[in-house]
Amino acid sequence: MSNMAGNLVALRTIVRREIVRIMRIWTQTLIPPAITMTLYFVIFGKLIGSRIGTIQGGFSYMQYIVPGLVMMSIITNSYGNISSSFFGAKFQRSVEEMLVSPMSNWVILLGYVTGAVARGLVVGLLVLLIALGFTSLHVAHPLITLLSVLFGATIFSLAGFVNAVYAKKFDDIALVPTFVLTPLTYLGGVFYSVSMLGEPWQALSRINPILYMVNAFRFGVLGISDVQIGVAFAVMMAFVIGLSWLALNLLKRGVGLRS
Amino acid sequence: MVQPMSPTPALVVDNLRKTYGNGVQALKGISLTVQPGDFFALLGPNGAGKSTLIGILSSLVNSTSGDAQIFGVSVNKQRNEAMKLIGLVPQEINFNQFEKPFDICVNEAGFYGIPRKIAAERAEKYLKELRLWDKAQDQARMLSGGMKRRLMIARAMMNEPRLLILDEPTAGVDIEIRRSMWHFISGINAAGTTVILTTHYLEEAEQLCRNIAIIDHGTIVENTTMKQLLSKLDVETFVFDVDGLPNQLPSLPGIVFRRVDDHTLEAEMPRTQALNALFETFSAHGITVTSMRNKTNRLEELFVRLVENGRQEAGKEKVA
Repeated sequence: MSNMAGNLVALRTIVRREIVRIMRIWTQTLIPPAITMTLYFVIFGKLIGSRIGTIQGGFSYMQYIVPGLVMMSIITNSYGNISSSFFGAKFQRSVEEMLVSPMSNWVILLGYVTGAVARGLVVGLLVLLIALGFTSLHVAHPLITLLSVLFGATIFSLAGFVNAVYAKKFDDIALVPTFVLTPLTYLGGVFYSVSMLGEPWQALSRINPILYMVNAFRFGVLGISDVQIGVAFAVMMAFVIGLSWLALNLLKRGVGLRS
Repeated sequence: MVQPMSPTPALVVDNLRKTYGNGVQALKGISLTVQPGDFFALLGPNGAGKSTLIGILSSLVNSTSGDAQIFGVSVNKQRNEAMKLIGLVPQEINFNQFEKPFDICVNEAGFYGIPRKIAAERAEKYLKELRLWDKAQDQARMLSGGMKRRLMIARAMMNEPRLLILDEPTAGVDIEIRRSMWHFISGINAAGTTVILTTHYLEEAEQLCRNIAIIDHGTIVENTTMKQLLSKLDVETFVFDVDGLPNQLPSLPGIVFRRVDDHTLEAEMPRTQALNALFETFSAHGITVTSMRNKTNRLEELFVRLVENGRQEAGKEKVA
């Protein structure tokens, strides 16, 4: 069997295993984000949003926050999936099954990222379906919507993988979501337009990568954005390339994995 | 006339060194060769460097210098190709405890690029051979310690390796299961798989292995055939169960007697000395022997002696 054919079998194996894991613990992986987002829709969208009225382009506040909340679910779940699954494999040492096998490093990375993106997309779809119970939406640019979702999920899957590689204890995989991911998400234009901010907050917001993901997705769904869509995709592409390089480099050097 | 080509060794370890980040020198330039089809024992006390060596062979540990070749394939230069030839049974349990034994085996095969249909057939074969088939769909964490160890052997067989490395596979396993594992591993070896075994049960190594290396403090202190090693043992200690001992112990040239208690006597004697004179002396002193046995496993005695000698030599070097 050629190396590529063998690697593809290995890739399918990791992806299948990840999806089986997500489904096995669906009460932890799929239901909690759906419940959390339902609460956001009820409190921010329905109760508070009805007092805000319309925002940017005549959309209701509920319609405005749906893309941001869907993207927020996608990135937090992609990140959480890969960091807990890969760190769990490190913790139980089952990662050694892969490390002593002949598969290439890119297969390990792509397999875990695919599993994490899959969870992000399933959760995103669930949240979108719940949102449709509160408001009506039409997708303005389907391709941009799809691409922004894929980019967002991939970037945070890669970031979660890097976190899991460096993590030495379970606390280490909770630190980044608590102190980095959550603040960046809330300040990334999920609930407001950055044009509402004064300087220097508007300029500072533009170094937040989540701003570009949320706005690219919002442009795909509603057709409105705080940033140029080309710039948003360029930023996301740069993150995908940079984080992929970093993750592969860590695997090659065996950081946190090989002695 | 064409000379027959000698077969490529299953393993060549060439001047392998490993110094960890904390400065600990785990391997100090180890070299050894294992021939194909061999059943090879790698022995040594805790912390001797065995697991580091196995870690390097399985690419879990990066060597500081030197190289190892698996059937001629360099672990350093052609890692992926070399790994296809190895099956590893590690010392610590290292599978996902929440997965099922069947899935653990099938996934392992998948990591080696083996299609799922073949993987499922092999999983059934090896789980049955290791008497785990009735547990195939249980969560792995529900298995007993012995079952978990057998599961790791079944998993290591999924790629049908040419070189099977077992790092203390029978640790903490009761004797019945241990013997069934010996039977399985011997069968694998008889079918042509080269086996490298580390164990603390020296009886296990003596019974199963043909060649042996003893490693201590990162160096190899002995590397020979089991037969040659055992022939080095020049004294043997026997334990006699007797119906009673006189106050004055018997004496016989070349034999050291020791009273263990009123009904047990030890005799340390050269291996070349016949036992007849011993029994004649017992009769002359009115001692009735009810049973006798070797005090320790022969390999155990040699092992302790070699390791102690090595440490004494190292001590002398330090003093010098």
